[in-house]
This record gives sequence, structure tokens and C-alpha cells, in this order.
Amino acid sequence: MSTLTILAILIGLGIFAYFIGRMRSIQVCGGEQRTLHSRPTYHGYYLASLTVLPAIILLAAWGVAERPATRYIAMQELGPQVLKGTDAEKALAMSVVDSIADGLPELTPEEDEVLRKARLGFVTTSDARDVLGRHGVVLGSDPGRNVIAAADELASARATSRIMLPIACFAIAALGFAWGYSRIRPGLRARNITESVMRSGLFLASTVAVLTTVGIVLSVLFETIHFFQFVSPFDYFFGTVWDPRFATVGKAEGQFGLLPLLWGTLFISAVALLVAVPVGLFAAIYMSEYAGSKVRAFAKPLLEILAGIPTIVYGFFALTVFGPLLRDLGFNIGLDISASSVLTAGIVMGVMIIPFVSSLSDDIINAVPQSLREGSYGLGATQSETIKKVILPAALPGIVGAVLLAASRAIGETMIVVLAAGIAANLTLNPLEPVTTITVKIVSQLTGDLEFNSPQTLVAFALGLTLFVITLALNVYALYIVRKYREQYE
Amino acid sequence: MTDQTASLASFTGEEAQKKLRKRHRAERRFRAYGIAAILFALAFLCFLFGSIFSQGWSAFLQTSIKLPVQFSQEVINPSGNPDAEDEIFRANYVKLARVALYKELGVDADNRKERRAANDLLSRGVDVQLRDMVLRDPSIIGKTEDVWLLASDNADALLKGSIDRETPSDRRAMSDQQVAWIDQLVDNGDMKKRFNTGLFLNGASSSPETAGLGVALIGSFFMMLTVVLLAVPLGVCAALYLEEYAPKGKIADTIEVNINNLAAVPSIVFGLLGLAVFINFFGLPRSASLVGGLVLTLMTLPTIIITTRAAIRAVPPSIREAALGVGASKMQLIGHHVLPLSLPGILTGTIIGLVQALGETAPLLMIGMVAFVVEYPTTPLEPATGLPVQIYMWASSAERGFVERTAGATMVLLAFLIVMNSLAVYLRNRFERKW
Repeated sequence: MSTLTILAILIGLGIFAYFIGRMRSIQVCGGEQRTLHSRPTYHGYYLASLTVLPAIILLAAWGVAERPATRYIAMQELGPQVLKGTDAEKALAMSVVDSIADGLPELTPEEDEVLRKARLGFVTTSDARDVLGRHGVVLGSDPGRNVIAAADELASARATSRIMLPIACFAIAALGFAWGYSRIRPGLRARNITESVMRSGLFLASTVAVLTTVGIVLSVLFETIHFFQFVSPFDYFFGTVWDPRFATVGKAEGQFGLLPLLWGTLFISAVALLVAVPVGLFAAIYMSEYAGSKVRAFAKPLLEILAGIPTIVYGFFALTVFGPLLRDLGFNIGLDISASSVLTAGIVMGVMIIPFVSSLSDDIINAVPQSLREGSYGLGATQSETIKKVILPAALPGIVGAVLLAASRAIGETMIVVLAAGIAANLTLNPLEPVTTITVKIVSQLTGDLEFNSPQTLVAFALGLTLFVITLALNVYALYIVRKYREQYE
Repeated sequence: MTDQTASLASFTGEEAQKKLRKRHRAERRFRAYGIAAILFALAFLCFLFGSIFSQGWSAFLQTSIKLPVQFSQEVINPSGNPDAEDEIFRANYVKLARVALYKELGVDADNRKERRAANDLLSRGVDVQLRDMVLRDPSIIGKTEDVWLLASDNADALLKGSIDRETPSDRRAMSDQQVAWIDQLVDNGDMKKRFNTGLFLNGASSSPETAGLGVALIGSFFMMLTVVLLAVPLGVCAALYLEEYAPKGKIADTIEVNINNLAAVPSIVFGLLGLAVFINFFGLPRSASLVGGLVLTLMTLPTIIITTRAAIRAVPPSIREAALGVGASKMQLIGHHVLPLSLPGILTGTIIGLVQALGETAPLLMIGMVAFVVEYPTTPLEPATGLPVQIYMWASSAERGFVERTAGATMVLLAFLIVMNSLAVYLRNRFERKW
């Protein structure tokens, strides 16, 4: 029985319990509903939640624990040589066990017999390999007898778990129902209980965001620590060469220097900001200070479209139109511009983040009190002088916050740079050459079909953590500045 | 008197006038910068849309050749047993199409070079097309029927003008003879550009003329379904808790700061989270749209929470006080008044979140949704791709035909986004309420 079926049946039971609970409450008060503490509906909800919730909690806990538990049981069968080995060896053995266990339930009884004999040593394990191969389980070499035993154990543990899970769930649902049913009486504070259950549900929902952050930090941190067992943090943070080579599992080969990637990321972001800050700022100034309401109503949403376009579209545009265009332009004036260059990626990304700068700056400029403007006009200043000498200085902290937020967007942006920035890690000052960025390398290290115990893939998590920390620091600082500034006039 | 004239002169004199003119010029210049900035952004927007449209519109048309194909018994079902499905499935359908083409063009069947040149006019996907026809209606075996068959990538490119006829033939992808054949077919009305239904129906393919968005559309649909089913209830519940219940203190503050930060975390980091937690820890399958949906759910959650909170906050206190005044509990107040009244705002926020999720690519690359999937997925646990991921994969393909496809797929994606955004704007205007 699949988890989804169990869930569906539980929900059905919940609806059933709701009606029973309602009926029971009317019954216990003898038709005199005003003697009930809560309306019958709440008794229904009370009984339904007692029936469904414990079972769902069990279902969820089972789902989390099943895989580690069954794997632990199976691992005991592998024998001492494997269990004493390194983590990488264990993971390798377990992946074979996993794939055999996946194939086991599909075997016919005769084939099952072959495998049982292979486990006991009556036939060779290569017979077992042939049998498994017929069901799509392709093995690199003949599996050892301990491996077959472990797979057998894993498959049977899984099967037991599949049978036990619905039984346990429905038993606990029945218990909850019976207990709740016996408690329904006129004085039961069903409404208060129901509402506190709902309230806890709301609270749990709001913790998902926190859990996500914890999940990000833990998962990325865990794999990063794993990575630093292969490569020393010093080589990673201060290395100037990025050249990860393919190597066998469990060994680090090549160099994993962060600096060229960090440089590429910051260089492209700087170009993007050079485009986005002036354009966004002037657009915001024009819209909030000069433009009439009609122009504003027209231009503002159009500018915001730029932020709504998926970044893959920008990437495609940079790759097929803008990059070649820049290259041809450069060719005509005698400059050697690579089609995927810092300039291409930076300009296109700059256009993408214009709305982040302009919308936030717009809000902040609008928040500058009118009295400041009037004071300036009263002294005979022109509008542009007022803006330059009064409004911008007053709005400056907020604008800096907006720019920082835009910068963090630029640093974390992936699809534009993946398509338009190049893949060669390059420590160059020339904006006409291609560079690569942190996000590009995360993508290229993880889109192959690699195992997760080699530094080639694990480095992506270290890069992810670096990216997360940089953007988080920028965001926190930006939010702090914006918030602090907003309080000044209130 | 002289004092006054002197001070007036400092305002009206030659020097002062000059300075004033200079200041006014500076004023006009400053204004022009503002207009230029807006025009620059808008011009770029037009350029972007224009270039994608001009590259992409031709992807909605595809060249086909009409051929009288003889579904001969000997090729399809030589054993004569109509139940031999395996035989029918494996028959050499390409041969059928080629024979029909040789006849149509008058190609000498013994001339190997000429035959090969003619073969190049047909797509490699014609066998699937003919096989599907036979499998759908086996009674067709033995008959001759006019079939519109897909032309090859190069023939398509020639008809659409992306292969230049003026280029000398040794540097052109199509030989003079092939061009002459195509002209002959076009003149007879046997070769035409027709609406490209395959773009929406087919799955992944290595040849551009048979590649389509079918699998990607289904994958995107499953992912959006997951996001709607999970992110919306979770987001609304979280927003309700934070607005209505959360005691102002450390916990509420932590959650609040957290949500704001989460909204700004680079999307690729969510992909790493999905890879480490859903795939490595929980053992969910790679490339599955369920995992994609879960990752996108976590990503859109902050957006939905933030907009929902704003919508809830906009419900005036008078309504709350009235409800509480007649004895409603807090939960009743929320269920009967706050939620219905803030629903339009919540919907708008949800749609904006969905739009973001629909266009997101980077996290999906991390969980392996770049798989080459030919068959339609039937459940969210089977391998699939998403619309933006398909764009990414086509954009990285080398063949010329894929550029057009990529732009076409981009137009489809943008069309979805425009429809959803318009819906959000419509909802906002339709239900906007002045208290």
C-alpha cells in the first residue's frame, strides 16, 4: 500500500469520524444542544483530528526513519571487512546492495531460488548477476555473497515495513477514534481543543521557513565539511587555480582554488551594477520627481516586466543575440571581444536588475518628506539642484541598501552566466574576455552523473556555502540599512 | 537707491543671466538623463522581445512533404500474421517513406549517391510517424495513402530562408540537386510549411525537427500542481500565524527575519538543498517532477507568505472588533472574515509566486531535471523536464534548428507568464476594495 493510498484512506476516515462525532454529541446531550459546551461541529472536528493526526504523524516519522533504518539493518549483513572500511567504500557497497534490492521484488520464484542458492554458495554469484541483469539491474562485477545477503535483508526489511506501516497507521487511528468517542460528553471543551490544534498547525506551517534555512545550512555545511576532508580549506579559499580533475572515488586530484571564480563573479556583478545603478537611479528619479501620473502608470509596470522575465530568457538572449552583436561591433572597431565575455553577461544582467534598483529607490525617494523639497525650492534652487543636493543625500542610505540588494541578486544569478559568461576560470582584468563564476561552476560540477563522495562533486557544496554566506551578508546588511533609514521620518 | 540697483544687478545683470541660463541647461540635461534611462530600459525590453519573436515565430511552422506512401505488406508484416506486434513494431518504415520519395522525385534507385541525397530531404523521425499510423489503424497495411511527412532540418531551414540559396553549393548544407528537388516539390504543392503541432506534443529528440515541448509541459504542470498544493496552504497558514497569533518577541522576530532572508537566497542554493535532502537523504528519484515541485515550493513560500501577510494586514480592525464583539472566537474571526476578505490579495500573491516558480531553472538543474526524456511521464515520480529547463537544454545544443526551437519555446514560456500576470492584474482590479 503506497503512502498516498494510506493518506487518502486516513482522510476518508477523518471525514467519517467528523460525522460520527457530530452525531454522538447530539446524542449525548439528548437533543438539547444548548447544554453542549461546543457546537456539534466542533465535536466532529475533535473526533476527526484525534483519528487522523496521530496516524499522520506516525506516517511522517516512518517516512523519515524507514530508509536509514532498513539500510542499517542491511549493512550489518555486509560483514566486518566492509563495515571497517572507509565511508566511501561503505557507500559504494551500499549502492550495489540498493540496486540489487530494487530488482529483487521483480524476480520470478525460480529466479528467486537462484539468488537464494547463490547466497548460500550452491551456485556461482555470476548466475545471480545474469538473473538480475534480465530485470534491468546491471552490475559492474559479480556481487559477493555478503552483498546478496545484504540486498536480501534490505528487500525483506522494506517489504516488512510496507506491510507494517498501514497496519500501524490504522491501528493508531482506531485507538484515537475510540478514545475520542468515549470522551464526548456535553461538558467537553471541543471548540477550545480544536482551535488549539489548528493554532499549532498554523505555527508548524510558519516554522517551515525556518526549517528550510536550517536545512540549507546543515545540508550544505555537512557536504562542505566532507569536501574539506579531501582538500584543505587553505587551498580552497586562497588557491588561484581552478582545475578540478577527474579522479577515482575518494581522492582529490587537481586544484580547487576559489579566487578565480570569486573574481569572475564580482567582476560580472560590478559590470552589471555599472549598468543597473545609473539607469535604475535616473529612472526612479524621473518617475518620482518629474513624470506625470500617466507616464508613471505606464513606465513603472513596463520596467517591472524586466524583473519578471525568467533569467533563462536573458541567458538565451545573451547567448544568441547580444554576445554575437557585441563581438561584431568590436570587430568593426578593431576590438577583439569574445562572444561570451564579462561585458556580455554583465550588461544583460545589469538590465535584469534595473527594476530592483529603480523600484526600491523609487519608494525611498517618495518617502523623503515634501517639506525638504519645498524648503529647497523656497531658496530658489531648481528641481535638479534640489534632487542632487537635498533629496539624494537624504535618500542615500536607502539607495545604498537597494544597490546592495541588487548586487546580491547579481552574485547569485545563475542562468545568464551559465549561458553567457564562459566556463574557463580566468583571473583577468580585461572585460572583453570570458570569465567564469561560482554559480556556473556549481552547475557544471553537479550536472554530470557522478557519485557524491568525490571532491569533484562535493566542491559544488563548498561553492554553494560560499555563495550563501556572501549573499546572506549582503542581504542582512542591506535590510539593516533600509530599515534604519525608514525609521528616520516616522 | 544705488544699493538697491547694485543688489538687483546681481540678479538681472549679464553675469547673473548667464549663470541662470547655465543652471537651466543643467536642469534640462538632468531631466534628459532620466528620460534616457527609462528609454534605454524600454528599448532593451523591445529589443529582447523583438529578437526572440523574430527568431522564434518560425518554430511554429514546420516543413512537411506530402508523399503517396504505399504501406506494403512485405515490408511491414511479411509473415502475414496480423497479431505479430513485434514484427509490425520493428518494420523498416524509413524504407516505405524513401521509396515513395524516390518515385515522386524520379530518383534512380540504383544510383547510391542520388538516393542518399534524396534521403537527406526527409526527417529521421518519419519512421515513428508511419509506425504510429500503422499501430493506430492496422487496416492501412497494403493500401497507399497520401501522408504529410516531416522534412529534414536542412530542408526546413532552406524553405525558411536560414540557408542562403546564394551561397556557393560547396559551402551550402544542401546541394544544387537537393535545392532543385525542393523547388520541384514546392511548385507541385507537395512541400509546405504547416502548423507545428509536434512542438507541443513531442518529447526530447536529438534532431530538431522532431523535438518538442510535450514532456516539459507535463513536467512543468506537475511541478506547478505540487507548488499549488503545498506552498499555498503552508504559506497562508504561516502568514495567518505570524499576523494573528505570533506573540511579538524573539521567535516571531526570528521567523520574520528568516523569511525575508529566504526570499533573497540565490535559487541555485535551493537546488543544492533539494539535492542533499530530498534526493540523497530521503532517496526520492532524480529528475522527478515531484522533487522539482518540492524545491520550488520552498522557494516560493517566502513570496506567498510576504504577500499574504500584506493582504491580511489590509483587513480593517473594525471588522475584527465587530466579529469579536458578537462573541466569535479568534479562529472563527479568521475563517469567517479575515480569510474571505483577504482572498483576492492572497490569490494575486500566489499567482506572482507561481510565475516565479514557472520560470525558475537553476534549482532544477541541480536535481537532475536535465534528463533526455522521450516518453510522457504519467506520475510526478517519473523523469521529466520543465519548460525553462528544456529551453536551457536546447540553447546548449549545437544544431542550427535548435536555435529556432529555443526561441519558440521561450515564446511559449513568455506567453504563459503573460497570461498568468494578466490574471493577477485582473484579479487585483476586479476585487480591489476600498474600505
